[in-house]
Amino acid sequence: MSGSTALLEVAGLHASYGQAEVLHGIDFHVEPGEVVVILGANGAGKTTTLRAICQMCTTRGSIGFDGHQLGGRATTEVVRRGIAHVPQGRGTFPDLTVEENLEVGAYVRKDKEVASDLSRWFEVFPRLAERRHLSAGSLSGGEQQMLAVARALMGRPRLLLLDEPSLGLAPIIVQDLFRRLDAINAEQGVTMLVVEQNASVAFEVADRAYVLEAGRIALSGTADELRHDDAVRRAYLGY
Amino acid sequence: MATALDTEGINDQLRSGLASIERFGSRRARNLGLLALFLVLFSIYAVYDGGLRLYAQRLVDAMDNGFVYSAMALALVLIYKATGVINFAQGNMAMFGTFIAYVIIVEQGLPVAIGILVAMAISALAAAVIERLFIRPFDPSNHLALTIVTLSWFLILAALAGVIWAYDPKAFPTPFPGGKNDFFDLGGVRIRYESIGIWLTVLVVVALVTLLLKRTKIGLAFRSVSSNLESSRLVGIHIGRTLQFGWALAAAVGTLAGCLIARVTYLDPNFMGRVLVYSFAAATLGGLDSLGGAVIGGVLIGMAETMLSGYVGFIGSELALAGALVVIVVILLVKPSGLFGSTRVERV
Repeated sequence: MSGSTALLEVAGLHASYGQAEVLHGIDFHVEPGEVVVILGANGAGKTTTLRAICQMCTTRGSIGFDGHQLGGRATTEVVRRGIAHVPQGRGTFPDLTVEENLEVGAYVRKDKEVASDLSRWFEVFPRLAERRHLSAGSLSGGEQQMLAVARALMGRPRLLLLDEPSLGLAPIIVQDLFRRLDAINAEQGVTMLVVEQNASVAFEVADRAYVLEAGRIALSGTADELRHDDAVRRAYLGY
Repeated sequence: MATALDTEGINDQLRSGLASIERFGSRRARNLGLLALFLVLFSIYAVYDGGLRLYAQRLVDAMDNGFVYSAMALALVLIYKATGVINFAQGNMAMFGTFIAYVIIVEQGLPVAIGILVAMAISALAAAVIERLFIRPFDPSNHLALTIVTLSWFLILAALAGVIWAYDPKAFPTPFPGGKNDFFDLGGVRIRYESIGIWLTVLVVVALVTLLLKRTKIGLAFRSVSSNLESSRLVGIHIGRTLQFGWALAAAVGTLAGCLIARVTYLDPNFMGRVLVYSFAAATLGGLDSLGGAVIGGVLIGMAETMLSGYVGFIGSELALAGALVVIVVILLVKPSGLFGSTRVERV
């Protein structure tokens, strides 16, 4: 829990849209290499938490990323510091081809390895390779989510934010997606912060989890602890 | 057995292929078919009415204005695609740019082509400044405010040009051979070298703009911003700078269009108003978010203009402008996405 080792250290974070405050002072942190899940019902503030990190809403409090404060910076600058955000509802570029979507993902990079990363992610997501010249808007929901993840990874982020990746996908596709996320975390060491309503699948990849209720952290612990917590079981696992 | 299975497989592939062609292509094919049918019927009438040679000559003449409308429509579509806003100032930005070319060419005595190129560069620079100072401070999703800003610039530039250069029409030179005898005869139809110059210039510019958008990093960023603003921010694209690039590019293309048509229309602070209305019609006809559609729309509108005033006795050149407005209204009413525009479908 020491602030010196955490990649992302959030303390006393308030976030609001205009007059409406959605987050009322939350604390959490993400260690390098971890997968951390934030669980919560609709309207709890999950999406806002991710948007607050990327400075897409008004924030108060401390958001430390790798020793730098993100508060008050432009979204573009947050991204350039190494945070990739896969927004809810995919966030792909429907008019661009699959390949162009991935190239845009590497927009902030200046190194020469973009092409080799491209072929690496095409290996991980062969469906995307088959469809590389089609427009992203013509892909299925599951393929678009894969594309959104791959596009985010093209930026070689140190922290990947995923906003309800399971939303609107068939259960078998959700399983597949989370298995890939788990593999990417294990093999490439990408740190992830995932917000989800689908707790059962999220617990399979998570190291630790937080439960967000009405803009406050209600519970926190390792994935195993929370999986067996009675309240979490009833509210999010449904048994 | 094996062969039977194979044919079945091929049949299946054919069937699914045909089905997908039907799904994606049938609407567009029908629209284009109707358009082609109309053009053929009109051609028959026109040839019957005034003879083949007159019709062919008018067709050729119509292309001059048509390609200029194409260029202007391209400029409008560039901005509209990226911002969702129609830039009403586009016409008068082009007018101002053409006056700058006039100063360089006629008053300073530089070669015509160089004058036009320098004026295009100055226009691009000025548009970038306007974008930075008057467009970027606004929320990009506040389309109404942005439209009002472009309308203000439409008026400001017109007034400014009036103060600086007054309202008497000025002759503008052409960069191409434009003398009385600079044409060749093709089966009795006069094709002027200047016409060919205009057509080729616009086509080259369209090709260059397309290459710029498809092959460069800033072009990719521009198309990303056009496609999804929020995600563009999330991959680290500088939205403001990217839109600024679009404004500069559109202004340069607009100034070129102004310089290509000014010899025919003469140059005064209101000369682009008419061109702008035709270009709106062209962009609407082509589908407001399709670059290729803008180019084809421009040529079609140019033809409609010439043919209406040529063959429909009571219309004349003033009413032809009203014809362009009718085109705009009818398309917005019947098929808002135009001939080539995209009706956006997003899966959720």
